[in-house]
Amino acid sequence: MSRQALRQGAREAAGAPAAVLAAGYLGFGALAAGHDVSLPLALAMTAAIWALPAQLILVEMHSLGAAFVAVVVTVVLSSARFFPMTLMLLPLMKAERHRGWHYYAAAQLLSLTGWTMAVARFPQLPQAVRLYWFYGFTFVCIGTSALATGAGYLVAEALTPLARTGLVFMAPMYYLLILSGAVRERIAALSLACGAVAGPLLHLVAPQWSVLLAGLVGGSLAYALVRARVHG
Amino acid sequence: MPVSSAGRSLTRWFARASMAELVLLVALCGVLTYAWRGLGVLISGRVDARGEAFTWISCVAYAMIAGLVARMLTMPTGVLEDTSVLERAVASAIALGVYFRLTNRNLLAGVAAGGAALSLIRFAAG
Repeated sequence: MSRQALRQGAREAAGAPAAVLAAGYLGFGALAAGHDVSLPLALAMTAAIWALPAQLILVEMHSLGAAFVAVVVTVVLSSARFFPMTLMLLPLMKAERHRGWHYYAAAQLLSLTGWTMAVARFPQLPQAVRLYWFYGFTFVCIGTSALATGAGYLVAEALTPLARTGLVFMAPMYYLLILSGAVRERIAALSLACGAVAGPLLHLVAPQWSVLLAGLVGGSLAYALVRARVHG
Repeated sequence: MPVSSAGRSLTRWFARASMAELVLLVALCGVLTYAWRGLGVLISGRVDARGEAFTWISCVAYAMIAGLVARMLTMPTGVLEDTSVLERAVASAIALGVYFRLTNRNLLAGVAAGGAALSLIRFAAG
């Protein structure tokens, strides 16, 4: 039953999610090559950081000669979303038969793609097999992304700047479509809307803090609006 | 000759120092990114999945991601900085149209259409 869930997760990732991740990481590999980052280091970024926005920020800021501390702070703040994402997803995967380290391993495998898909799929899966489904799904995602990073790096010279622009643009497009397509509840839709407005506005005021603040301000606003409607 | 050789070794030294710094950056960013993930695991046991705190946290998570994507589209960094807001808006609209209207929510088709559209718009703009 657990192996079946693992295979099912892997199969569900092997379609469009893996193909689209591949497109995003092809672009990242190409970008890394263009900035004289070594191939092993580009692969290490995909495996160890496993967050495309953070990886793009890291490569671009470093190539621009940004201060060490500024790069670290920006990447850490852009990765802060993993905290509420993990916090939200983990109780949905918990089962008595899993040992504690499983959750810490699953946390490293978590990405926006895996999180979004898991949130959408978990209601249809028994609680006891959700972790295995998640393993299957995320292993395929991270494996494909690592392969695509290497492939993108190696074909970088063949890509024209125009093609590279299109490839890099696929990353936000992916997030735009998956978020606007997957959300059905009003509170989630309102949170997305508040965050989408707060993000760019806060970026004008405090660029290094905008991702974190957009979440706190936009999310709290959406929460308060929905609660005020329910109780008022 | 000695000057250019010194210059070359200096260039090499800078390249190596920059590479060492990048290795350190990747390691540190990996550890600190994991710190957020690990913290979520550590605290999640004390949060009721149906509680109000959980609802609020999922609101924050959604808003964070939406904020990041909106910022990437309106004020991008890197290669996308060379494109205009209008070009990105048109390409986004094409991606949404392909995803919701033309195909039955085919993510790959929608995303590819958006990327291709932006490249073509840039190409047409010269």
